[in-house]
Amino acid sequence: MNRQIIKLFAFIVALFAVLVGFTSWWSVFDAKALKEENVNKRPLFEQQQIPRGRILAADGSVIAKSIPKGKGTGKRYVRHYPFGALFGHPIGYSFMEYGQTEFEKYHNAELTGEESEFGTILDQLTGQKQEGEQIVTSLDPHAQEVAMGDLEAAGYGAVVAIEPSTGAVKVLASNPSFNPNRIPEKLTKWNTENVRTPLFNRATQGQFPPGSTFKVVTAAAGLESGVITPETTINAPGSIIDEGHELANDYNQDWGAISLDTALTNSVNTWFGQLGQKVGQDKLFAMMEKFGFNALPPIDLPEDEIEPSGVFEGNEPLTRHDPVDLARVAIGQERLLETPLQNAMVAAAVANGGKLMKPQIWKRVVNVDGSVTKTMKPSVYSEPLSPKTAAELGTAMEGVVREGTGTKAAIPGVPVAGKTGTAETPYNKECGGGENENQAWFIGFAPADHPKIAIAATVSCTEAFGGDIAAPIFRDVAEAILAGE
Amino acid sequence: MTRARNRELLALIPVALLLTAGFAAVFSQENAKLGNLSVTYGAYFLAVCLATHIYLRIRLPHADPYLFPLMAVLTAFGLVMIYRIDESLARDQANWFVFGLVLFALTIQFLRDYEVLERYRYVIATAGILLLLAPRLPGIGEQVNGAYLGVKVGPISFQPAEFAKLAIVVFLASYLRENREVLIVGARRVLGVTLPPLKHFGPMLVVWGASMLLLVFIRDLGTSLMFFAAFLALLYVATGRFSFVVIGTLLFLVGSWFIVSTVPHVHDRVEVWLHPYSDPTESGYQILQSIFAQADGGLFGKGFGQGLISIPGHPNSALLPAAQTDTIYALIVNELGLFGACGLIATYLLITARGFKVALLANDGFSKLLATGLTAVFAIQAFVIIGGVTRVIPLTGVTLPFVSYGGSSIVANFVLLALLLLVSNRARREAEEGAPLEERGDEPLGALS
Repeated sequence: MNRQIIKLFAFIVALFAVLVGFTSWWSVFDAKALKEENVNKRPLFEQQQIPRGRILAADGSVIAKSIPKGKGTGKRYVRHYPFGALFGHPIGYSFMEYGQTEFEKYHNAELTGEESEFGTILDQLTGQKQEGEQIVTSLDPHAQEVAMGDLEAAGYGAVVAIEPSTGAVKVLASNPSFNPNRIPEKLTKWNTENVRTPLFNRATQGQFPPGSTFKVVTAAAGLESGVITPETTINAPGSIIDEGHELANDYNQDWGAISLDTALTNSVNTWFGQLGQKVGQDKLFAMMEKFGFNALPPIDLPEDEIEPSGVFEGNEPLTRHDPVDLARVAIGQERLLETPLQNAMVAAAVANGGKLMKPQIWKRVVNVDGSVTKTMKPSVYSEPLSPKTAAELGTAMEGVVREGTGTKAAIPGVPVAGKTGTAETPYNKECGGGENENQAWFIGFAPADHPKIAIAATVSCTEAFGGDIAAPIFRDVAEAILAGE
Repeated sequence: MTRARNRELLALIPVALLLTAGFAAVFSQENAKLGNLSVTYGAYFLAVCLATHIYLRIRLPHADPYLFPLMAVLTAFGLVMIYRIDESLARDQANWFVFGLVLFALTIQFLRDYEVLERYRYVIATAGILLLLAPRLPGIGEQVNGAYLGVKVGPISFQPAEFAKLAIVVFLASYLRENREVLIVGARRVLGVTLPPLKHFGPMLVVWGASMLLLVFIRDLGTSLMFFAAFLALLYVATGRFSFVVIGTLLFLVGSWFIVSTVPHVHDRVEVWLHPYSDPTESGYQILQSIFAQADGGLFGKGFGQGLISIPGHPNSALLPAAQTDTIYALIVNELGLFGACGLIATYLLITARGFKVALLANDGFSKLLATGLTAVFAIQAFVIIGGVTRVIPLTGVTLPFVSYGGSSIVANFVLLALLLLVSNRARREAEEGAPLEERGDEPLGALS
């Protein structure tokens, strides 16, 4: 019988080898896929046991922190947001039961300390508990507060402020906002508010008709392509016929033969409509794409929470080969839609001598022991303009604030460059369907001779013009940021 | 002869250290400081083991020196895991451990001449079957998750299958010892397949029928599989006919396929095994959570006491259901990683090796078959539950021997150990007396012949 006993033992060794094989499969080889399995809530629960890193403003004040609750194995951390609704956008929220959004979601790996696989294996061997890293942002709480305050007074809207030379995002405000501390009890309700949409980040997801602010892009295409110089004059009658429909100036004013400065300062539609036609669709669209249109903006926010800008047919942005009404695109009408972030990028590129820097909210990642592990290195997204063109365009935009439609953006003692925009949005559902509702805009930068900040401000559902309602917001936010420099 | 016991004593030292270190790890996790309680627990455990060792020194001086320390390792391991899950459960388990050792000692005391078991084999078989069916008896039967595995009399509840496995192995060892010759000699070849003689084919069919009935009555595929596999193992060792095993396996497959397709509870278990994701929050929850827990373990695990059993902040929720019993292996993988799990499996393998070694050394047929059967049923039980947790086979309610929480399991397995040591003591004594020139018995751990 001994031979059989040995064979039986061999069989049991084989059985146990199968067990080792399956255990290896689940615990090592298939582990990554299992952790990403939708029904697997374990990683979420475990993340909750890790003190998630803090999120700080540029001045060191705390935007988000984790507070311990319970003890022993029941110990967990709950996110707290000391600023409440002020940074609802763009920080978002992070709760085990409700997931993560916006900045919290995009930077989850750093905040939970899961950055490097090597680090976690080393931690396992040394028994080190995982801890999240903290992120310092470039957000300016005072300026954000000014922006939110102005927006709340003006209506639904958004403000984006970018440092032109680095792409550092200093303000990213969207009104209405939400208090992330109240997500656990309010999420369902907020999700159903179809008009207020407090969870919707208007600054990055809101696609609005840009109106006359788009003339900056048209002018850029004209100058950069050599179709015009600052001295070139185009005859601008009270109205022109474009694609069978009248395209008119405000009050049908006939401006005669004028150059870029006068046309931009007074936002002359017939002038820019003709410029668009002279430049042609190829060059105009090429310029748009260099500014970042037709693509997701390169900001550190989740892809599903940012939107592209462009000429839209349904959800798809049109390309240079699709038929469009070019003259109306050139003055920011047609099916053109633009996010406040994109419009801030346009202003920032002009301000930075034609170089568009990637907008980024984070500034640096700081380890648990206080050492900096990563620093945001400003990088160039594209170079839509030569420094010369940028300077020429900047001069024209200064005229807008000095003596044109944007005088309310003026800051005493500081030269300001900018452009107003007022797109008519009658019968807009979001605005309650009113007849005289506008999308009011102001984009610009200051100081014009040595730009420190580029800003886009927009207000939806207003009967006011961009120069009256958006320009003052620009002024207040720019003043707040320049005062803090 | 005392050399064997000295080895046993030495082997117990790492056991005590492991236990102390384990408790210390759990303590430091729970209280962030090292209490001296962990050392106290370790000392208690070592004292109990020492007492058992001294008892073995007196009563079974020749018995295998590694079996007891190996089982003590498993018990220590189990105690730490259970302590980490729930302090009061660990206290219960420690009591059961002591009670198990008392029964262990009593078995050794009164069954020194274990051949008496042969005389009562039909009584023992009947008792075994009654034990298996007890959970279906009105009044005392208990149903857990659709399977009938428990019996509750007053405040005491136990799992009769744990004891029934001993009875069935004893019966089979005895029956096959007597009939093995007839089974071999009377076998005929039909169409190239060796079949047992018809007359003796009957008892085999009876055992098959019994395990099928078991499946229908207690509705636990794992228990049924464990019994039938042990039977086939014994049949193979007794007759040396592999064809019998093939026929038996086919019979079992056909029978269980039929039952799986007709008995809803068993059917559900198999469905969950095949498609756990089709109902991830209800029927598939346990197996999926068990696998997710293993995925989190990785190579090294999260460390003693660091794994999640309940949802943080909700101590009564079950993130890993039945962590102290059915899915304790998943928790081990979670906290000690693949390496820890391999250590555990290796321990079971070493016990199996030593158990079969006992069988190899035994001189008479009954002793050989008894040791083989006890070892096989032990190893198969470990396979059935670990296989269930790792989705090799459907997950069932069998305990992980010496590690899972449960009085019946630990007590019955200590009786199993006592029987193995009894067989071993005699075999090695006879070997030493019969072959004085040959140094037998103390080969390196795990050697087979």
